[in-house]
This record gives sequence, structure tokens and C-alpha cells, in this order.
Amino acid sequence: MTSYLLKRLFEMIPTLLGITIISFFIIHLAPGKPTDVLTEMNPKITPEAREKLEKYYGLDKPVYTQYRLWLERIVKFDFGESFSTDRRPVIEKIWDRKQPLLERRLLITFGINALSMLLILMIAIPIGIFSATHQYSFYDKITTVTVFVGFATPAFWLALLLMILFGIQLDWLPISGLKSMDYDTLSVFGKVWDRAKHLILPVFVSSFGGLAGLSRFMRSSMLEVIRQDYVTVARAKGLREKKVIYSHALRNALLPIITLLGLSVPGLIGGSVIFENIFGIPGMGQLFYKGVMMRDYPLVMGILTIGAFFTLLGNLMADIGYMLADPRIRTK
Amino acid sequence: MKKYPEKIFWKRFKKNKLAVTGGILVLALFIIAVFASVLSPFDPNEIDRHNILNPPNIQHPLGTDELGRDIMSRMIWGSRISLAVGFVAVGIATLIGILLGSVAGYYGGWAERIIMRFIDIMLSIPTFFLILAVIAFVGPSIWNIMVIIGLTSWMGVARLVRAEFLSIKEREYVLAARALGVSDLRIILKHIMINSMAPVFVSAILGVASAILIESALSFLGLGVQPPMPSWGNILTSGKDNIEIAWWLSVFPGFAILITVLSYNLFGEGLRDASDPRLWGSEGS
Repeated sequence: MTSYLLKRLFEMIPTLLGITIISFFIIHLAPGKPTDVLTEMNPKITPEAREKLEKYYGLDKPVYTQYRLWLERIVKFDFGESFSTDRRPVIEKIWDRKQPLLERRLLITFGINALSMLLILMIAIPIGIFSATHQYSFYDKITTVTVFVGFATPAFWLALLLMILFGIQLDWLPISGLKSMDYDTLSVFGKVWDRAKHLILPVFVSSFGGLAGLSRFMRSSMLEVIRQDYVTVARAKGLREKKVIYSHALRNALLPIITLLGLSVPGLIGGSVIFENIFGIPGMGQLFYKGVMMRDYPLVMGILTIGAFFTLLGNLMADIGYMLADPRIRTK
Repeated sequence: MKKYPEKIFWKRFKKNKLAVTGGILVLALFIIAVFASVLSPFDPNEIDRHNILNPPNIQHPLGTDELGRDIMSRMIWGSRISLAVGFVAVGIATLIGILLGSVAGYYGGWAERIIMRFIDIMLSIPTFFLILAVIAFVGPSIWNIMVIIGLTSWMGVARLVRAEFLSIKEREYVLAARALGVSDLRIILKHIMINSMAPVFVSAILGVASAILIESALSFLGLGVQPPMPSWGNILTSGKDNIEIAWWLSVFPGFAILITVLSYNLFGEGLRDASDPRLWGSEGS
């Protein structure tokens, strides 16, 4: 088991290196030098300051030295200073130690994604099981059509429609931010409720695409397992159908779901740019969007690298989860 | 009676009502895009100060935007943009995918290992982040997003082509061709490629749908097709800006995206099911 894990960890190294090479290559797509933007936007920067900046990024050195220097800095989570007017280090913008834990951008994005993943699991798995056990029924057909429509629905459009319906027409839910203006005056219960109200729409929107995908996947995984011999055996020895489905079939049908969850991390992270932008949520996605708009290269590179890192982490966790769940690998 | 695979294919495809509907809609959208100039009642960029943010009415069936431009005309022209981005991006992705996939599948060894590792790497970078990061550096424009979407969505095709090559390259007719001394390039192009095109075509159809979704999201964020050029995504941006007063700006363009993507998906899945001999069952032989 340990050797399997070590092997997986070892395999991650070239992938990680490859990611940094691609990210590094992107920096050099910029017309002119990457530092041009900063000096253009800030005419106060003297030629000397500019030279210092170029030295800091190693732009006076050959490309492979630049890459080595950049790599040496990012393994220490040093992504350089943001180009924006506050000139704060990128890592501080993403993970601001002066803020309370729940207000740090990385954790906001992480929290919302974790909530949507939970929601996806809670809804998609029962739907998938039911569709599979009632294959070709009216219910199965309805969910199949719903899933197809779900796949084709742009998440940001869904967000706009829900904002119009629940935020403006019905006026039930707030449509922007993570808390109300009068948040600090609220009681503890009021604070929790206020946060929950702000989270309903973003979490639902960000889980929507995953819901369609996972329920479909759960259905086919379940259908495959139900046809296996051991399920027939379980039925033949007279077990109740409920027991056959939930304890014999389900366990095996859930295994591929673990891998799929790991693979869905990049989609969720990418999606956070869209919904954080629409709902005005001060997370990492919104910061990334601002960085792209302002051509804040260090910020963009920093978040891109962190996003890729989390994707790999997601895959690794899926591997570990799979290993813990599947005795065939565990005992190896 | 001898059964022709094409006949079975059509028979199966025609049975699938949803897929046929999808196909017809795909064709209809294509016609709308081609004849945009004839079909749109107004100039999509014509500013009309007297009809700002009009709700749907007889003159403007889908309303007008904050500059008084006719939404229906903008959407008709926008369909041209969406399809153009979809087709060019998928064209680029498919070409790269075929090239890398066939090299990996046919030659194996080091080439395959490097290509497969490259695919793994590309898949572990959040695609949407990657696209946005590249746009931050090269700037947003319709040409840039076509190329960027293409360069970031070839991985599926490459895997597919490799798998097809792996299974076909050991078939007897390929071995025979090799024994006769036919060159690698000719074997790849004339014997294997031709026979692995059906799944590639299906994945290209499905790829158009996802490219249209990505384009609309980028344009919505202001990082794709730049105004005044109309695109479904950037009409939705003004929908968001005027969300409290003009629902029609949000509802109609999104619905157009939904229908388009749905049609391509249904059409593509229908083609896939109809062309999969494993699903042919009793009608097949």
C-alpha cells in the first residue's frame, strides 16, 4: 500500500515540473517584456526602478536561468509582488494573515467548492441509483433529459436567471457578496443565517454542472455493477432487494466516483472565476479575474500555479481514497 | 440479404428522435448563421437613442439593449460568431489531437510516453484558468480565443485517436500493408486514419458544443469577443449590468446558447450510438 502511494507521489513530480514549464512559457507570450505593463501603467517608475524590477525577475539572464530562479522562488510560495497599486506580495493577497480565517480568499473559494461538492454528492448519488434501478422508467427518462439540459446550460446564465427570480422578483435571497452590510450587528444565529442566505445561490450554481455529470456517471456505474455475477448471487441466495442494492452493489458502484471527484477539481476551480465574479464573492477566482483584467502578471501566474497544485492534490486525494476504499489495492 | 453498415447506421440514427431533432436544429443554426445579413431585421450595431432598453414588442421581438440596438439582430449575428469560434477552435484541437494521438498510438515507446505525459500535464491545469491566464498575456480578441480554446482542448481527441490506432494497427490488413513495404506515413493516413475517423468526428461535434460554452463564458467576462461585435456571451454581460430592469437581455441569449449546445450534444451522442457496432444488436447481423 505504501509503495503504491509512493509510486503515485513519484509520478507527480514530472507532472508538477511540466506544469511549471507551461506556466513559465505563458509569461513569455506577453508582447515585449513582462515588466512593460507595470511601467506603462505607472509612469512614475524611473528607468532605475525598472531595471531593478527586471533584475528581480531575472529578465537580464538566459531563459533557463530565469526558469530556475522562478522555480526556486515558487517552491517557497514566493510569487513576487502584485503589479497593482498596493504592490503587496501575491501570496499575501491570496492568504492574508491579518484577516480572520474565513475571510481569506483561498479559504472562501475552497469552502464554497467543498460545499458544492458535498451538495453534488448528496443529490447526484441518490438520483443515479434511482435511475439505474428503474432503468427506462418514466422517472429515468425525465432525469436523462434533465441531465442533457443541465450539461448545455451555461452556469453564468443560470446564475443570472436565479438572481432575477430569487433576488429581484421574489426578493428572497441576496444576490451579491458573502454577508450583509449590517452583519456585525446581528446575533450569532443571525450571522449564520445571513451567511447561509448569501451562499445558497453561489453554491447551487457552482454545483450545477457537476450534478448533471455525476448523476449520469453514477447511473452507468450502478447499471454496470448490477449486471455482475455477485449481484445475481446475492439475489439468488434470497437477500432482500434493498440489501442487494445498498450494501452489495452500491459499494462497488461508488468506487469510480472517487476518481471522478478528484478529476472534477479543475472544473470547480475554473468555475469559481465565473460565479465569484457574478455574485461578487471576494475569493481567489475573483482575484484571478481582476488580475487578468489588470494584466497583473505575478498575480495571474501565482494563482495559476496554485490552482494546478490543488488539482494535483485533488487527484492524489482521490488515489488515496480509492486505495482506502478498494481492498484489492489496499492489500497489495 | 447483405447488410451494409451505412444502412444500419442510418436506420439506427433515424430511430433516435432526439438525435434527429438535434441534427435538424444544428442545420437550422448553420443556415441562420450563414444568412445572418438577410435574416436580421436591423443592423446589429445600429444605435437608436429613442428605443433604449425596450422590452420585447412588435418592432423589436426580443427587445433592445442599453444603446437601443435590436437584440434579435444581435443574436442572429452572434450565432455566426459562436459557430465560427466553435468550428475553428475544434478544427485546431482535432488537428493537434490527430497528430499527437496517431504518433503516440502508431510508434509507441518514448514518443508515446512523452505525449501521454504531456496530456496528463495539460489535464491537471484547470483549463479555464489556463485560458484566462493566456488571455491576460496576449489580450482578448475573437482570433485569440479561437486559437486558445483550440490549444487547450485537444487532449480528449489525442487519447481517442491513440486508442483507435492501438487497436487498428495490429489488424491483419495493416500488418499485410507493412509486410508489403508500404511507408509508415501511407499506412497511417490510408489504412488506419480512415478507419478511426468516425469517433473523431463525433468528438468534434461534441467539441463544438463545449467550445461554444467556453466562448460564451469568456465573452460574458469581457475576455472573449469584444464589443461592438455581437456574441451571445457579451449580450449577457449587458444583461448582468441591467439585471434589475431588463430581464430580456439575460433570458434570450442564454436560451440560444442552451439550445445550440443541447442540439450539438444530442446530435453528437446520437451519431455515436448509431455508429457503435456493439450497440447494433439484432438489426446488425
